[in-house]
Amino acid sequence: MAEGENEVRWDGLCSRDSTTRETALENIRQTILRKTEYLRSVKETPHRPSDGLSNTESSDGLNKLLAHLLMLSKRCPFKDVREKSEFILKSIQELGIRIPRPLGQGPSRFIPEKEILQVGSEDAQMHALFADSFAALGRLDNITLVMVFHPQYLESFLKTQHYLLQMDGPLPLHYRHYIGIMAAARHQCSYLVNLHVNDFLHVGGDPKWLNGLENAPQKLQNLGELNKVLAHRPWLITKEHIEGLLKAEEHSWSLAELVHAVVLLTHYHSLASFTFGCGISPEIHCDGGHTFRPPSVSNYCICDITNGNHSVDEMPVNSAENVSVSDSFFEVEALMEKMRQLQECRDEEEASQEEMASRFEIEKRESMFVFSSDDEEVTPARDVSRHFEDTSYGYKDFSRHGMHVPTFRVQDYCWEDHGYSLVNRLYPDVGQLIDEKFHIAYNLTYNTMAMHKDVDTSMLRRAIWNYIHCMFGIRYDDYDYGEINQLLDRSFKVYIKTVVCTPEKVTKRMYDSFWRQFKHSEKVHVNLLLIEARMQAELLYALRAITRYMT
Amino acid sequence: AGKKRTTSGEGRERQRLPARRFRTTSPAALRADSVDGGSLLAPLLGLTDRAFSDCPDLADGAMEKMSRVTTALGGSVLTGRTMHCHLDAPANAISVCRDAAQVVVAGRSIFKIYAIEEEQFVEKLNLRVGRKPSLNLSCADVVWHQMDENLLATAATNGVVVTWNLGRPSRNKQDQLFTEHKRTVNKVCFHPTEAHVLLSGSQDGFMKCFDLRRKDSVSTFSGEATEAGPWEWAMAGWVPVLPVISCCILRLYHSFAHGPMQDAESRANDARESWGCLLYPLGLCSGPQAGQSESVRDVQFSIRDYFTFASTFENGNVQLWDIRRPDRCERMFTAHNGPVFCCDWHPEDRGWLATGGRDKMVKVWDMTTHRAKEMHCVQTIASVARVKWRPECRHHLATCSMMVDHNIYVWDVRRPFVPAAMFEEHRDVTTGIAWRHPHDPSFLLSGSKDSSLCQHLFRDASQPVERANPEGLCYGLFGDLAFAAKESLVAAESGRKPYTGDRRHPIFFKRKLDPAEPFAGLASSALSVFETEPGGGGMRWFVDTAERYALAGRPLAELCDHNAKVARELGRNQVAQTWTMLRIIYCSPGLVPTANLNHSVGKGGSCGLPLMNSFNLKDMAPGLGSETRLDRSKGDARSDTVLLDSSATLITNEDNEETEGSDVPADYLLGDVEGEEDELYLLDPEHAHPEDPECVLPQEAFPLRHEIVDTPPGPEHLQDKADSPHVSGSEADVASLAPVDSSFSLLSVSHALYDSRLPPDFFGVLVRDMLHFYAEQGDVQMAVSVLIVLGERVRKDIDEQTQEHWYTSYIDLLQRFRLWNVSNEVVKLSTSRAVSCLNQASTTLHVNCSHCKRPMSSRGWVCDRCHRCASMCAVCHHVVKGLFVWCQGCSHGGHLQHIMKWLEGSSHCPAGCGHLCEYS
Repeated sequence: MAEGENEVRWDGLCSRDSTTRETALENIRQTILRKTEYLRSVKETPHRPSDGLSNTESSDGLNKLLAHLLMLSKRCPFKDVREKSEFILKSIQELGIRIPRPLGQGPSRFIPEKEILQVGSEDAQMHALFADSFAALGRLDNITLVMVFHPQYLESFLKTQHYLLQMDGPLPLHYRHYIGIMAAARHQCSYLVNLHVNDFLHVGGDPKWLNGLENAPQKLQNLGELNKVLAHRPWLITKEHIEGLLKAEEHSWSLAELVHAVVLLTHYHSLASFTFGCGISPEIHCDGGHTFRPPSVSNYCICDITNGNHSVDEMPVNSAENVSVSDSFFEVEALMEKMRQLQECRDEEEASQEEMASRFEIEKRESMFVFSSDDEEVTPARDVSRHFEDTSYGYKDFSRHGMHVPTFRVQDYCWEDHGYSLVNRLYPDVGQLIDEKFHIAYNLTYNTMAMHKDVDTSMLRRAIWNYIHCMFGIRYDDYDYGEINQLLDRSFKVYIKTVVCTPEKVTKRMYDSFWRQFKHSEKVHVNLLLIEARMQAELLYALRAITRYMT
Repeated sequence: AGKKRTTSGEGRERQRLPARRFRTTSPAALRADSVDGGSLLAPLLGLTDRAFSDCPDLADGAMEKMSRVTTALGGSVLTGRTMHCHLDAPANAISVCRDAAQVVVAGRSIFKIYAIEEEQFVEKLNLRVGRKPSLNLSCADVVWHQMDENLLATAATNGVVVTWNLGRPSRNKQDQLFTEHKRTVNKVCFHPTEAHVLLSGSQDGFMKCFDLRRKDSVSTFSGEATEAGPWEWAMAGWVPVLPVISCCILRLYHSFAHGPMQDAESRANDARESWGCLLYPLGLCSGPQAGQSESVRDVQFSIRDYFTFASTFENGNVQLWDIRRPDRCERMFTAHNGPVFCCDWHPEDRGWLATGGRDKMVKVWDMTTHRAKEMHCVQTIASVARVKWRPECRHHLATCSMMVDHNIYVWDVRRPFVPAAMFEEHRDVTTGIAWRHPHDPSFLLSGSKDSSLCQHLFRDASQPVERANPEGLCYGLFGDLAFAAKESLVAAESGRKPYTGDRRHPIFFKRKLDPAEPFAGLASSALSVFETEPGGGGMRWFVDTAERYALAGRPLAELCDHNAKVARELGRNQVAQTWTMLRIIYCSPGLVPTANLNHSVGKGGSCGLPLMNSFNLKDMAPGLGSETRLDRSKGDARSDTVLLDSSATLITNEDNEETEGSDVPADYLLGDVEGEEDELYLLDPEHAHPEDPECVLPQEAFPLRHEIVDTPPGPEHLQDKADSPHVSGSEADVASLAPVDSSFSLLSVSHALYDSRLPPDFFGVLVRDMLHFYAEQGDVQMAVSVLIVLGERVRKDIDEQTQEHWYTSYIDLLQRFRLWNVSNEVVKLSTSRAVSCLNQASTTLHVNCSHCKRPMSSRGWVCDRCHRCASMCAVCHHVVKGLFVWCQGCSHGGHLQHIMKWLEGSSHCPAGCGHLCEYS
């Protein structure tokens, strides 16, 4: 059997033309049938020595195909493809082949599947988004399905991601995906790693690189250090880091490439935060997203282990809510009341200068103690950790160290004035895209809070945003950090800090325990704020270092 | 210091002096812009006479200048040199005292006044006093009052506006503190003539007007005030107090209009009274809604219009306000893409406002017209942080950038690409610039993030123009060449004949100078246009060829024949030959119509077969050969020899023939010109012919070739075998021919080609070389056409990049000639991935819904808003499938046929909307 014959081309399915899709699907069906036939024939004549190896190989291949089909049957935005894939699967099953079934409970482990938009029931705008995403990537990933709570943001997000990964840019395609893998691996985000390993191979990347960073070109290895610092302690980035990358003789990065890489790194660090923060489940067609076992055997998923979520099932999911519905109701009321008070009395009592300055320090220091109680070290899954070195390097609190790192003042280096100009100069158009994304994330509001309508949430959003920047040592001169303490309660702070700094430690308990009365869409909204604020913080430090290098 | 001060009265008088007095008169200065070779002709024409001159050349008129400054400053002279001093910390802004002898520098951790002396800056006062550094002292902006030299204002990063009174006896000069803004204040600005009015613009989206005699702001302007939503509510609240307000405004006007305070105390009371009643309704209408309004980046009082100020916003808008009307702005327009960081009113021209933005542009707007009109646009290389008009020079302004670029540029706005002057002293971004005196154009002060304060002298500036190349060269589409240079230069060199042997003749002409142009007489450059010889036909052949070539859709042989025919009809014999040869190589013998052969046989070999003809003449009978040769040499030989090098095989062959007559073969074949091998390969395959290997030529003539020829045909060469009957047929012909022309062996040689068993692969190298040859010769059309026609047969021999390069060049050429269809066909037929994705880019059509006239955002033809199908035919009222044509004016359209028919009878829209539709 020639290799070419069995090559399945999925790209036809991404077409907007239904006839093209149909022929593509038909081809796939033929191929699968052929493979099935072949497998059966092999089985019937088991004593053909030469085929011993290719037998398992081709059955693996078939399984992959089937998993992909399963994904299509669930997640393709085009109805015809969904139906046809399901039909093919059924017909294969009738032939006696074991077909896979999806694992888990929908796109997110934190959000009940029924809360999330079902593929097929989206409105026109969302459908367009889905179709775009599908056309670009050949899949509709779980991140998209969760983000679609906020279509306005999703559109900007997809556009940016598409541009970063597929459009003009200084870096070759496989580098981009590899950098994505490196960044995601820093947070042990197996979900993103799996996704991009596939993409990396698809664009012709060398599979050897996937055995570990030391197998990648020296140039990418050099990036490891920046990746590490950027992910966990961006304030330590100096112009020496930049210089080290730009002046490495034949392994040097160009400025444009570096900016591209930095944007990719920060994008994937924060996306890893989102993945953990919203408990994104593995993709159906990736490892851990489906099983060929019959349903009863086990509900075991490798990703849960790496995330410290071994006890998903045992966790008394609803206990917290049951105990204190009224409690949490008051939570919202209290928050609203505080906001109102702050709004009104802001002008009346004016804190002294020293007071204001110390409030930032206090908040900074306190953020240090905010940590989840289950602080045990989770050893990263083996397959993920090989993409980066120095596994012990993690977030250390900004102010905990003996060495004094000066506070980063936004008024001296901010995204709008400085960061944007630099990025747009070195990597045209991306500055604009990221700028829009920040804007949308920062200004997104539906003027609702839990069950209340017509609420001005700008104060709350700003508090969240500035709290995250505060954790990275970024200070706004014109912000009263006392507000943060008023508006963000402890469980919320724990969640924020965990998602932003050590996303791999997020648990469902954390997700459930903050803002109990709020809707899931609002919690996703919070996550969007978190990841964008984090991305901006990292970008600011990295770009400032580049600027310093350039002057 | 007192002596140097001028009263404001004198200052006003100065404004009436002629604005432009620095025009250099030396005609020697050539100021023609250089033009990129790649740019089109039009900008060249536009620019060559665009000289500029307004930059005063101090060497020229130093004396004149000195005397002028003297008069302007009332007896004292501004002197100084380029100098700088180190500050302790990065500066954020600077401002000059009206006496031009002091400058204030403000930054996050610096706030000092320096005296500008002859040779140096001397620190005069440190305003940063107090036990603990406070954020109130972390300045984002500073401004020195232009009426009162004791009065300063700073904007703090924490949102506080502070005023400073240097007249205070204590060490702490801080006067008042306004803590009304909730976010960083980006800009403060004093009223140019009113002593107590201060304006601030902040990140929170509000502008506030302060009366320094009061403790809080008198009015608040919101960047979002024009938005209908919140405003309607505010207006409702207004109604009952309106009469009060109108009377207030009246009184406000009076309080402004009164001269400088005579009785400060009483006027303060008066003001409190009048502004006080304004306060309440204002406080009501501008309930702070932080986060909704766009951040204010700059506010500037108009210098000429008493009540007007301009504000710029982070979303790219510029608003014009009347200070008396805080409810809504007078005018708003979008000036830039992205934040507008700065603006500056022209000191003399009433309506001119310069704005600079993150989009790297400086724009000059004329605000006197009904709609703000963009007068000039200067393109800088980095986002523009500050812009300041240069005093006394109507069209000059200075800019500095926010990021990356550390220089200060002075631009002549009429010359938007090359700065008139450049100051390169700073090592980090410049954050503040100020002209030292409002009537002296030669001293510029600047502060920078590199912690230094600089005074720049205009005469020390570097002038990029001088380093620019004053010549421009550009190719036109049809092979014309334009060349612009300094007139004297051209005149001097015209004696020399640089273009000898060129068949183009230069046409010199001088552009008529327009006396109205400000630069008339300063730049005299000559523009020469070299046209191609009319006989040369320009690029006509290119267009014809492109249009008539067939590239796909037919069998290879037919395509080759067709293209050969096209080429021959256009007189491009060499190309025609190539096509024919390709057919021979790649089409199996059987495909060659036997009629052809018979025909040639019938003529006894005296007349050229199509194939023979395309081949070289050496295989013809002598008499015939000479005739054809003549013909050919008349045609393209001459031009070809000019263009081609010795590598051009075909021509070399001809030359050989011409010189050596008909007894070439042996000699010629043994010739050592490497390139000829191409030719020879074509000739010798017949030696592989197993049946009569030596009947044609003595073997010793082909020692090498025999070896090559003997290589067995590749097994994949199946076609030949399949067509073997024909092979034998042609063999017969060869046999019959051979005796006829026994004197000339080569004739049969080429016939024998028919039955060659050589695989086309054999020619891969040859064809590749041929393609490279054409491409290098400049005929990328041929290279690409052959590439497409031959498809898989040659593709593997040529590396991807080269192919892509050819494709893109050819497509670029086609598009320049507006051969859109051909270009698209080429894109479609190309196999290179990078090329074929070309016509997948920008495939989006933006359409308006034909019902609601609003843009359709979703895909497909169903409008989001009115949920109707937008692709209805306006004539037959059915949904259009397939070709849909619509008017861009009214969005109505329909079936192509229907609309065409309709438009024959009427010019109005078939939908009845009354629009006069235009379908082109």
